Amino acid sequence: MSSIGTGYDLSASQFSPDGRVFQVEYAAKAVENSGTVIGLRGKDGVVFAVEKLVTSKLYEPGANKRIFHVDEHVGMAVSGLISDARQIVETARTEASNYRSQYGIPVPLKYLNERVSMYMHAYTLYSAVRPYGCAAIMGSWSEHDGPQMFMLEPSGVSFSYFGCAVGKAKQAAKTEIEKLKLADIPVKDLVKEAARIIYLVHDELKDKQFELELSWVSKDTKGRHQLVPKEIASEAENQAKQALADIEDSDEGDM
Amino acid sequence: MFRNQYDSDVTVWSPQGRLHQVEYAMEAVKLGSATVALKNKQFAVLIALKRAVSELSAYQKKIIPIDDHIGISMSGLTADARMLSRYMRTECLNYRYAHDAPMPVGRLIGMVGNKMQICTQRYDKRPLGVGLLVAGYDDQGPHIYQTCPSANFFDCRAMAIGARSQSARTYLEKHLTSFHDCDLQDLVAHGLRALRDTLPNEVDLNTKNVSIAIVGPKTPLRVADEAELSRFLALVEGEERRGGTATGDAAPSGEEPQPQVRIVIININ
Amino acid sequence: MAFMGDTLSPAPLWHNGPTPGAFYNFPANSSNLGPASRPLQDFRAHSASPITTTTSVIAVKFDKGCVIAADTLGSYGSLARFRDCPRVMKVNDLIMLGSGGDYADFQYLRDIIEQKIIDEQCLGDGLNLKPRSLHCWLTRVLYNKRSKMDPLWNNYVVAGIQDGEPFLGAVDKLGTAYEDAAIATGLGAYMATPLIRDATEKGPLDEESAKALVRKCMEVLFYRDARSFPRYQLGVVTAAGVTIDDTVELKHDWSLAHMIKMK
Repeated sequence: MSSIGTGYDLSASQFSPDGRVFQVEYAAKAVENSGTVIGLRGKDGVVFAVEKLVTSKLYEPGANKRIFHVDEHVGMAVSGLISDARQIVETARTEASNYRSQYGIPVPLKYLNERVSMYMHAYTLYSAVRPYGCAAIMGSWSEHDGPQMFMLEPSGVSFSYFGCAVGKAKQAAKTEIEKLKLADIPVKDLVKEAARIIYLVHDELKDKQFELELSWVSKDTKGRHQLVPKEIASEAENQAKQALADIEDSDEGDM
Repeated sequence: MFRNQYDSDVTVWSPQGRLHQVEYAMEAVKLGSATVALKNKQFAVLIALKRAVSELSAYQKKIIPIDDHIGISMSGLTADARMLSRYMRTECLNYRYAHDAPMPVGRLIGMVGNKMQICTQRYDKRPLGVGLLVAGYDDQGPHIYQTCPSANFFDCRAMAIGARSQSARTYLEKHLTSFHDCDLQDLVAHGLRALRDTLPNEVDLNTKNVSIAIVGPKTPLRVADEAELSRFLALVEGEERRGGTATGDAAPSGEEPQPQVRIVIININ
Repeated sequence: MAFMGDTLSPAPLWHNGPTPGAFYNFPANSSNLGPASRPLQDFRAHSASPITTTTSVIAVKFDKGCVIAADTLGSYGSLARFRDCPRVMKVNDLIMLGSGGDYADFQYLRDIIEQKIIDEQCLGDGLNLKPRSLHCWLTRVLYNKRSKMDPLWNNYVVAGIQDGEPFLGAVDKLGTAYEDAAIATGLGAYMATPLIRDATEKGPLDEESAKALVRKCMEVLFYRDARSFPRYQLGVVTAAGVTIDDTVELKHDWSLAHMIKMK
């Protein structure tokens, strides 16, 4: 990053001499400072898990969510600046609603993804605005298309994934996700994996408090995106804590 | 001239992924006097410390009623707060017109958040330099929300913002568990103690510099009048202060503010 | 240069009068340039009649909820054109909506209401639209449309549970709105209301008697209303939720028709 500070990194509408748009890269940095978010696409649905960092005891527990509903059948988990992310959620909702009113059917995720990515990309083109400081993972399940998942980044780039991670510990989370045989795992098992991964990659020294948010959209939910029911979520969370404790025990045993 | 080259515009990300202009706007909130909000299982209460520009002026209003079931208390740029309050009032009225029901508090806050975000992303705008504490009551009970210039908002059990509000937050955190089941009197007393912890030693709360608003079931938002204020203040009168003195960034209150400072104070409350 | 006004064709000094800097505009002189020679009124067609129509909606409150019934015929003028036009809809767990009048207008507004519910579910704040709110919202929409001389040609009946109590309200195409314990729209207003009033005056109804009453009204209307149909929907809303039965067919018996002498 030799061009940092040379003045070519102050505007989204300016290339650096080596052909980079630094403002977009800096916006991506904002996402990397945020809590980890993962999305897993399994056999019969998609699971989202969010490590929501809680910065004050005074906040209402469970509030200030990072997983949103875009339409009945589409969920979105976000990382980065939450106020930016809410704007993206709003755009996605409008797109989904427009599609429904035009064609009378739920918006296909592939199309929705394209529209929202285009919107995010537009904010990387002009000096009058700044790129969005957030990334979003969208998922859905339908009888016709099966499970689908896309991740959108501040650059406006988006890809379809089997498993993806953004935020602080995305590297560690990706490593864990790669160990899973995603295409064979049903969502009810995937929830446990997702919880385990979030607990595993959480850095207790840097961020003390966090809340785990879990949601899914699958065949069992009839293609509706919903928060994972309390009993299942707390069971997954307890197992995740247990798994973490086991690892720590065995670490001590090694020493 | 600038602290660094990335802090001149709100459209510029720093290499660390920060928005300095937004962070500076967050500082504006700390220039206003402190305000506290807290709730029990029925009521939400706003308590604010008011400032007077000079001996001849009245104390500046800190609490703005929005609707029968929502009130806000502001810290930071007064003009920005008035803009937001006008927007919130309009939205509440429109909701009532269209739905014959009071606006759900969380939804209003969501709309305010989205409105505030717009001006954190455009070259031709600046973030709003004001923080709000919103107290409201709806079908789901009492609510306290905090909004920031960063367009972020938080659903809170209790909160304090403004100058030296850290001491108030410390008090609130310490007594957080007792709020839910205490009665309204005790709740207000807790709020007053939290607010008092933000004051320098020589100053105390009185009916002139304190403002209290209450909202709850079958209790439309009410800004306490002088008689009610003195009843509330009597609850904590003569108590020993526990937070100790709050010194540091505060100018001793006996000292007259400098003329330049005074201009700033007119706009910031 | 908008701030200078329209310098090329300035507005006339008074109606049909001279334009500053231009020759006098003689009336009916089509070769005149300038705004005065433009058509004075921009005529626009508005909806002045319904096209595909549906007939009455019958609704009545009972002790723990409301019941709504409406047949499924879409008439094209006097032609019984479409036979499967459902028009009793579930809005959410505590609201049901019935509509009579122009079927396309109903479909248009139905889509908007359904999107409204999806929007609300997306917020996920656990709050649900209440019947009084929907009734008020419909009133605003319909009144607003009629004030633009472009009404949505419908009668709406909102039934639901408002804070634990049954709610029943109606709005017509002019935005006239009211609440009542018994509502019948269309021809039903003339023929079913007296029957329902008769029954409700004898004391509060329970669910079964309310359903039986509404069924009776549907039968009477089928015999007398020439735009009616024997197949109808019947929906019930209580605190337990909304149930709209599959379309049922009423039994009709014309054996006494010969007794009615037309002279």
